[in-house]
Amino acid sequence: MVFDENRIRASIIEEGLREAGHDRVVVLHDINGLARQIELIRPDVIVIDIETPNRDMLEHLFQLSRSVRKPIAMFVDSSDTYSIEAAVEAGVSAYVVDGLKKERVKPILDMAVSRFKAFSRLQHELAEAKSALEERKIIERAKGILMKSRKISEDEAYSLLRQTAMNEKKKLSDIAQSVVMAAAMLGS
Amino acid sequence: MNKGQNDGSGLAAPSAIRSEGARVIRAGFIPLVDASILIAAAEFGFAAREGIQLELVKDVSWANIRDRLAFRQFDIAHMLAPMPVASALGLGSNPSPVITPFTLGRGGNAITLSVKLYRRMQARAGLTGEESALANAEALKLVIDDMKVKGEPLPVLGTTYPFSSHNYELRYWLAAGGIHPDHDVKLVVVPPPMTSDALSAGAIDGFCVGAPWNMVAVSREVGRIVAVKEDIWPSSPEKVIGTRPEWAESHPETLSRLIVALDKAAAWCDIADNRRDLAEVLAEPRYIDASMDILHRVLLGRFTTDPNGGERTVPDYFSFNQNGANFPWVSQAQWIFSQMVRWGQVSHSLEKQERVMTAFRPDLYRNALGLRPDIPLEDMRIEGGTRDDGFIDGAVFDPENIPAYLQGFDVHNLERLSVDQDDI
Repeated sequence: MVFDENRIRASIIEEGLREAGHDRVVVLHDINGLARQIELIRPDVIVIDIETPNRDMLEHLFQLSRSVRKPIAMFVDSSDTYSIEAAVEAGVSAYVVDGLKKERVKPILDMAVSRFKAFSRLQHELAEAKSALEERKIIERAKGILMKSRKISEDEAYSLLRQTAMNEKKKLSDIAQSVVMAAAMLGS
Repeated sequence: MNKGQNDGSGLAAPSAIRSEGARVIRAGFIPLVDASILIAAAEFGFAAREGIQLELVKDVSWANIRDRLAFRQFDIAHMLAPMPVASALGLGSNPSPVITPFTLGRGGNAITLSVKLYRRMQARAGLTGEESALANAEALKLVIDDMKVKGEPLPVLGTTYPFSSHNYELRYWLAAGGIHPDHDVKLVVVPPPMTSDALSAGAIDGFCVGAPWNMVAVSREVGRIVAVKEDIWPSSPEKVIGTRPEWAESHPETLSRLIVALDKAAAWCDIADNRRDLAEVLAEPRYIDASMDILHRVLLGRFTTDPNGGERTVPDYFSFNQNGANFPWVSQAQWIFSQMVRWGQVSHSLEKQERVMTAFRPDLYRNALGLRPDIPLEDMRIEGGTRDDGFIDGAVFDPENIPAYLQGFDVHNLERLSVDQDDI
């Protein structure tokens, strides 16, 4: 069972588990009703995002419910410091039903860790791409404003921005941002 | 205060500390006001003066705190007092050994109900707003009786963790008012920072959590504070410093220095004039990330209890150091155990009582601070026996006779254990 409020990440993990030949994978996104689902499905392994405070809710559930098999909390292989660190860094924690063979659990958790990592890398790349796009847009607008107000060419406008950025020791996009903001304030 | 001794250890220590190889102590904490001593020790130079560096790591759940301590991500951690007791008893999903040599003061909890539920209690029982915590519990009992007659859904109340002071205090308060916490209400776990939202969304009807979240709920006009920890039992153990016994054994000098630093930080936190500086630091995003004004008022025990402006001052809402607030009383660990038995989390046996003895370590506290008039010589005492430290229901706890103590309660789950008995 994968519990993750982030749907995209959850589906990436699900896919990985299915590729590894685990065909009984259940993905849940909503804490509401989780207790009932766990009682119904009786999962062997629960993979859960380490950054969710809802782990305490799960602890309460395990303590309360007599029908849920006693799970053990772990970060991948608890005897191996390196993989614990990797799991914590990736943000994976898990509950494993007591008595389940380590050889069966380890690949599942290792896979979850690598998918969690892949996801945060993707997210990071996406954020970078987005901000690069935003920066380019703002520079285009600043150039337009300068060309219009100072009656200069596009190249001259660009050099002016770049020169100012160098003089001020600031990023080109920051200078562009100031130009756009100033123009908006001056109503031009 | 004990200067000679600290200076003495200060001279002897550098070589010892080098051999332990641990000047840096990694400490996990949850953003709550009762992490103040730990935060003050790191921020106001108390740790540095003892030659240690506290590296504080903020976390989001008690389960993470427990696991990251167990898996050596942390050396020590801000923990709920019942957590070392639970681990000594093998309860919970990762019961690895944890001991506590230091209690992080007293106080900070409160019980808040939704304004809607409280107004209904007022209408039903004629409450003016000045009533005691016990009268509030009794009024809630009347409302719950009405709800049952009318077939309405019973109140849902939030706590923080199955092995928490909040869980046991909320249960104690409910039971004192004649309400059975497992039959007459539904208890759920809600992360403290989400309590106000859960209350305003109607997902819960009340909660028992630490500061500042009760006051935050009142300031957002969704909650009404009906009891504070002092009303239930002033000495009720709250948070502790937890560590692995193996770390304590292999780092005796570092641990002693840590205890000295925490002791000094705690004394500093107790001075009312320092609480503005403390509130300022706590308010930062890397710590509690809440309104400095609310934090300051909470630290001074100046409450707004009701969105209608009702106020209440609790002079010792936070005791960080005075009256032995940092001493890990073994009798308090036993009281926690008694509540675990009362509510059916574990059965009672003398062997388990022995195991609980190992969770709280007053010997380590005394080793670090030496002989001092304010440090008790005994590890256990009768709890709740004095007038200014009584339980809300007037009970007195004798750690030597837990079964008899439990027999005195009308509301409990003791029968649950006879049905599914684990080992005795």
